[in-house]
Amino acid sequence: MDLNITWFVLIAVLYIGFFVLEGFDFGVGILLPILGKKDVERRAIINTIGPHWDGNEVWLLTAGGATFAAFPQWYATMFSGFYLPLFLLLLALIVRGVAFEFRSQDDNPRWRATWDWAIFIGSLLAALLLGVAFTNLGRGVPIDANMQYAGGFFNLLNWYAVLGGVVSVLIFTLHGAIFLTMKTSDDLSKRAQRLANRLWLPTLIALVLFTVGTYFQTDILSDKGFPLGVMPLVAVVAVLLAGVFQRSGRQGWAFTMTSTGIAASIITLFTIMFPRVMISSLNPEWSLTIYNAASSQYTLRTMTIVALIFVPIVLAYQGWSYWKFRKRVRATPEDLVY
Amino acid sequence: MDPLALARWQFAITTVYHFFFVPLTLGLSVMVAIMETIYVRTGNETYKRMTKFWGKLFMINFAMGVVTGIVQEFQFGMNWSEYSRFMGDIFGAPLAIEALLAFFLESTFLGVWIFGWNRLSKGMHAAAIWLVAIASNLSAVWILIANSFMQQPVGYALENGRAVMTDFYALVTNPNIFYQFPHTVLSGFTTAAFFVLGISAYHILRKNEADLFKRSFRMAAVVGVISVALLIFNGHSQGQHMVQIQPMKTAAAEALWETEDPASFSLLTITDLSLRKEVFSIRIPKLLSLLSFNKLEGEVRGLNDLQAEFEQKYGPGNYIPPVAIPYWAFRIMVGLGFLMAAAAVVAIFLTYRNAFEKRAGLLRFFPLLILAPYLANTAGWTLTEVGRYPWVVYGLITLEDSVSQVVTGGMLLVSLIGYILVYSLLIFATVYLIRKYALAGPEPAVIETDDPVEPKPSLMGAQG
Repeated sequence: MDLNITWFVLIAVLYIGFFVLEGFDFGVGILLPILGKKDVERRAIINTIGPHWDGNEVWLLTAGGATFAAFPQWYATMFSGFYLPLFLLLLALIVRGVAFEFRSQDDNPRWRATWDWAIFIGSLLAALLLGVAFTNLGRGVPIDANMQYAGGFFNLLNWYAVLGGVVSVLIFTLHGAIFLTMKTSDDLSKRAQRLANRLWLPTLIALVLFTVGTYFQTDILSDKGFPLGVMPLVAVVAVLLAGVFQRSGRQGWAFTMTSTGIAASIITLFTIMFPRVMISSLNPEWSLTIYNAASSQYTLRTMTIVALIFVPIVLAYQGWSYWKFRKRVRATPEDLVY
Repeated sequence: MDPLALARWQFAITTVYHFFFVPLTLGLSVMVAIMETIYVRTGNETYKRMTKFWGKLFMINFAMGVVTGIVQEFQFGMNWSEYSRFMGDIFGAPLAIEALLAFFLESTFLGVWIFGWNRLSKGMHAAAIWLVAIASNLSAVWILIANSFMQQPVGYALENGRAVMTDFYALVTNPNIFYQFPHTVLSGFTTAAFFVLGISAYHILRKNEADLFKRSFRMAAVVGVISVALLIFNGHSQGQHMVQIQPMKTAAAEALWETEDPASFSLLTITDLSLRKEVFSIRIPKLLSLLSFNKLEGEVRGLNDLQAEFEQKYGPGNYIPPVAIPYWAFRIMVGLGFLMAAAAVVAIFLTYRNAFEKRAGLLRFFPLLILAPYLANTAGWTLTEVGRYPWVVYGLITLEDSVSQVVTGGMLLVSLIGYILVYSLLIFATVYLIRKYALAGPEPAVIETDDPVEPKPSLMGAQG
């Protein structure tokens, strides 16, 4: 097996893990001020992801580290090229992460309100920026002959990428609403369900528009053809089905479908890119690929062994922790005290 | 604005800030794990309350370590992309492994620990905090493997202008790691020991929860005295290793301009940087040779000789670090190290003679000493990193060749100001919370009755 392809696939898997898991964390964060009317409800909402959000975020760190290790040129070009969006993403992730841990450590209502807004803005901004950045990866950005990003901040703000950011926010919010329907109880769960029902159609419409955009703005059809070119439609079908399941009260299936939709979107992106990792909009020759951006075969082989041993272990104990905390969180003070 | 200078400031500020939180995590995780283990083994409720009290402070500190750590991982690509291109083959691997082996483990099981008090058996719950402690220290192993490569490159070859890994085993058994890892972890234990000593002393003086805090103080005194003692011995061998691998750093730390044999140790040296020589110096003869080689002779090379040698080897340029910074950083670190050693002995004396009441005057110093390890940690890393100037990886790539080419001074300035603003606000919140919980002391003991205790609304604040 070609190790460069292996690592391309593995990084795709890490991003799928990140977006499916942290996706509902983002959604829960965005919904916090909308669904949480009382303080105890907001605490219950945060507690649904309390034990997990940090572990979910490590998927991003691992994806970043894996990119650095396996494709250092990709890491270098993308992180220096997407400088300002990534800087804003870091600030968003910082204030949001601290807010989860700090908000309940003081009774002062203003203290709590401040951190609740930090969670909301941090989650919203992170979802938006990641959507914009990843859409640009598929569309292609100005990369010069020396593998350097040759554009500015506003090259990244084209209509297609902004639409990608909006879709990202909507789909994670829907994903989070369905998650909250399953993980909270009583009135809170019902409100989450109603909100998910209302969110579904706008999300689907935005996703359809975005998918049309994908066929015009990327080279997926000309480059990949049939059947891989059908990949973007999988996400549309999954989100469509999510709404059907959600409305018939089968939340487990609805959640599976939003997860599938998110995974399919990442698979679409990696399908578009392959075998490139940074598509140059200036000259196809200047694109970074899984070969010219890669580490040595020795490093790739070493890292493959490490990944084969430890990724299954990580999956096992993260799965175990979700199983341990599978019960619904009730918005009553007795339940929230540990 | 000069992008290189801004990128260096940004790295210095974000890294020092990140490392305010890391050492306490390394040490306090283990101490909390020991407390909970004692609780599980003996059933003594005091240890459960100790676990919760110190665990709460641990959690607040841990959160800051996590979020500021994300910046570290992204920064290499954002600000130092040319370094990442040159070194990614080698440097990326330990970073990825750190995330995979350590970050997943510590974050998952800290979540389990915080939210699992009523859902796991006592033994499982204690196992969770042990996993957090092991994972935190494991992350130190991997990041220090990466840093050790920067100090002492091993297991690599140069191909097409890039460094590539040729020997993973050599990379992870870098001789430098055997000095640097113990030094970092022992610093972490020392930081935690003085943190616990200081807060415990505060409460013992006020006769608040005296039993619980005397037990905490005792444990911290033992951890502290062992850690500082080992730290001094380990620091000594690390210094001797440094003479071998980075003579320039040793010479800078000693402001030693001319080669000496036997070499003297500087008590105070004032240098004329433009002339590259000392203008005033008080030195103890032969002591530097003794420290470097464990004997009263031995050549220690001076900055000017090394500069000449480096120019011959690497071409013209300035290879002398900004001497005043490593010189003073070294003295602050070592001075505080010995101060903490003395304080740890005093702490043991207080414990051993149970002299807490009789010698209350001595207890009063401990809250102040909480700051000592923080200053020493910062000074230590400043010596390590500034002393490597102008190299990012010793002998392989310089700062100038490492900085991102497409990132402008303006972008760096915006991000630098952004980090400073956000980090300043967060340090206020963190110090406020740690102070609040530290001074409030542990939650009152719950008296077991047949009726379930109705939780007070204020307990809501105790959520993770």
